[in-house]
Amino acid sequence: MTASTADHPTRRDFLFVATGATAAVGGVAALWPFISQMNPDASTIAAGAPIEVDLTPVAEGQDIKVFWRGKPIYISHRTKKQVEEVRAVPVSSLPDPASDQSRTKDGHEQWLVVIGICTHLGCIPIAHEGNYDGFFCPCHGSQYDASGRVRQGPAPLNLPVPPYQFVSDTKIQIG
Amino acid sequence: MSGPSSYQPSHPALKWFEQRLPIIGLVHSSFVAYPTPRNLNYWWTFGAILSLMLGVQIITGVILAMHYTPHADLAFKSVELIVRDVNYGWLLRNMHACGASMFFLAVYIHMFRGLYYGSYKAPREVLWILGVIIYLLMMATGFMGYVLPWGQMSFWGATVITNLFSAVPYFGESIVTLLWGGYSVGNPTLNRFFALHYLLPFLIAGVVVLHVWALHVAGQNNPAGVEPKTEKDMVPFTPYATIKDFYGVTCFLIFYSWFIFYMPNYLGDADNYIPANPAVTPAHIVPEWYYLPFYAILRSVPNKLAGVIAMFAAIIVLVFLPWLDAAKTRSNKYRPLGKQFFWIFVVVCIGLGYLGAQPPEGVYVVLGRILTVLYFAYFLIVLPLLARIETPRPLPNSIADDVLAKSGRKAVATAAVALVAVASLFAGSMGEARANEGTETPPSVKWSFAGPFGKFDRGAVQRGLKIYKEVCSNCHSLNYVAFRNLAEPGGPGYSVAQAAAFAADYKIKDGPNDAGDMFERPGRPADYFPAPFPNEQAARSANGGAAPPDLSLIAKARSYKRGFPWFLIDFFTQFQEQGPNYVNALLQGYEDNPPHGVTIPDGSYYNKYFPGNAIKMPKPLSDGQVTFDDGSPTTVAQYAHDVSTFLMWTAEPHMEARKRLGYQVFIFLIIFAGLMYFTKKRVWAAAH
Ligand code: FES
Repeated sequence: MTASTADHPTRRDFLFVATGATAAVGGVAALWPFISQMNPDASTIAAGAPIEVDLTPVAEGQDIKVFWRGKPIYISHRTKKQVEEVRAVPVSSLPDPASDQSRTKDGHEQWLVVIGICTHLGCIPIAHEGNYDGFFCPCHGSQYDASGRVRQGPAPLNLPVPPYQFVSDTKIQIG
Repeated sequence: MSGPSSYQPSHPALKWFEQRLPIIGLVHSSFVAYPTPRNLNYWWTFGAILSLMLGVQIITGVILAMHYTPHADLAFKSVELIVRDVNYGWLLRNMHACGASMFFLAVYIHMFRGLYYGSYKAPREVLWILGVIIYLLMMATGFMGYVLPWGQMSFWGATVITNLFSAVPYFGESIVTLLWGGYSVGNPTLNRFFALHYLLPFLIAGVVVLHVWALHVAGQNNPAGVEPKTEKDMVPFTPYATIKDFYGVTCFLIFYSWFIFYMPNYLGDADNYIPANPAVTPAHIVPEWYYLPFYAILRSVPNKLAGVIAMFAAIIVLVFLPWLDAAKTRSNKYRPLGKQFFWIFVVVCIGLGYLGAQPPEGVYVVLGRILTVLYFAYFLIVLPLLARIETPRPLPNSIADDVLAKSGRKAVATAAVALVAVASLFAGSMGEARANEGTETPPSVKWSFAGPFGKFDRGAVQRGLKIYKEVCSNCHSLNYVAFRNLAEPGGPGYSVAQAAAFAADYKIKDGPNDAGDMFERPGRPADYFPAPFPNEQAARSANGGAAPPDLSLIAKARSYKRGFPWFLIDFFTQFQEQGPNYVNALLQGYEDNPPHGVTIPDGSYYNKYFPGNAIKMPKPLSDGQVTFDDGSPTTVAQYAHDVSTFLMWTAEPHMEARKRLGYQVFIFLIIFAGLMYFTKKRVWAAAH
């Protein structure tokens, strides 16, 4: 063994390094399919396409829950009072500062659309409960206001707003 | 696993750990310092190849189980969804399905190697018996795995094999009911087979540990069959055996990849692409190739109980091999008669495999009986007798002497040739069994998607889709194809918007809505092609008693006999197009007046390519029926070609991705095998 090392040290080293490197590259590349298969499959992705929701049946002061990509989405038809209240709160006093304007669509400020998943650990908050006329999470007591912003409790962030737009005055498309 | 370790860790943390759990030392003494005979040939790399295959099967199997649904109503569909929708699902499934065949191929080579070189003889009897146990567990695992896709062969294979136990006197029926968990093969059977199929590989892994342990206690046998005497006879496992094993594994991976990427269905049965149907038995029930020799033995014995006993005895006899063969000389290299009988025995086994795939009639039965007798005679008469009468040639003094005399290169070449020949022989004999007397063989068409670089002809797929929509879809469903598939790469090449517009033309039943009513809405890309009939009964009654089959998989679910020597050539030319050839021929095979002497029952039509010639489907296509925008001829021949292309795509939407990835994998593996070859030579240069 020692003799051949002395004969061609560089060529020998190059061969071993090249083989080892090729094996490493192949091994890593071969891992990819095994990881990638865990991602949502094509039918799940297709089923997650945008949905349309008709808002006509939702009266003022009421809300509905629809599902999009397996997540509950709250659509609240807020009262004038609720809108005024959440807009009157100084933004800087909030744990996760955000204005109600930035969380709703211009000209449709009575409609709040949020993903109903508590930002603490994922429970579903109950609408029209709690001290802020918004949402109350029964799991660990987080409270959100009528804009879905966290006001109290262990949740760190506001309820997220899903991507959506108004197709007409009475219809939205989520996704 | 061979006594106290010589491993001395230098790092204090490792030392601390080693004193408490000497596992690094165990690995070191078993796989690094472990002395291995220096004259091992490439047949010995199959041990490493088998370890690899067990690992591959367990990993791909666990992953497939994440996506599979073990329910009689959903299993077939879930397998299709794995192949169509899961990222790389087609790859994982092909790896697992072809992997089973590769596992058995490797185990047979490993066993024949042990047989040839007398690796079962003292002091390796327990090692050998553990191997037989592994083999039995593999057979059980393979059988139950084959049931899981819940196709026709799965279902009827399960029925036939479990019915073997009904041969048991007095308790037979109760045993079979117990195995089934019902009065026939059904959902409970599928569920328990899934659970056991998941469990058994881990038992195999456990017995493999014992097998390796026993190996390391007795030491490896070697081609000379003489025990090592001095240090000079041995080399350390690492790097010598390790690098050689890796090289062998790399070459095996090339062979394996040929199946994964280019011939995924070569070793399978077309009937298993038809969902399980308890009301119809396929014309020929043929087990997977690796069971064929034993299946042939089973059928050779005219008595049910005796047949079952003979089949199990054919395996159990291996347990007694160390005592049946009392010859002092281990290796057949030095046994002039033993060597000849060994090769005769190999031919007998391959012959039995061939016969297992043939219909049990005429000359096949006679041949089967002769070969069955020869099989048992080898173990029960030839081997015991040879030990008494044979004069072995003189053995080399030591392994080192043997090394000086041998030429290693020959072994590699024979290994490669034998590997390919045996595989294609077995596999091809499967095709043999699918004979249909009185039916013409469909002509082979030149398909754009054939061969290693094949791609679908987009225009043909689009025209085929139009024909399906305007003609076929009146009676045939296309259950596994969604509108979104039309926009996926490797298909008809539509844009997402075009696919959505195509979908919107359809009315899809949805609901219930808030009032609890079902309603109709325009199709969306995520929807599947709607079926023309609400259920099978409706389809049946509207079509003269024969339900039109679903077309999603038809191009893979139909095949025909290729015959010798075509099935051998097919392995090299990657011929996989029986399905589209058949569909194409069938659509053009109608004749208004059946040939003289052939009577066709009322309500059926004569088709020269349909098995039995009487088909319930009236001639579906005639010239000019469908118009094309691209100026293609509006003839039946063109329609048949385009529909067949379209149906090949629906049967395997990721075919282009499969072939493309295969091309990349082959380039990589060939470069890597070359590097491994030179590295191996460099490492071994020091040992010679
Ligand atoms: S999950 Fe809502 S408060 Fe903890």
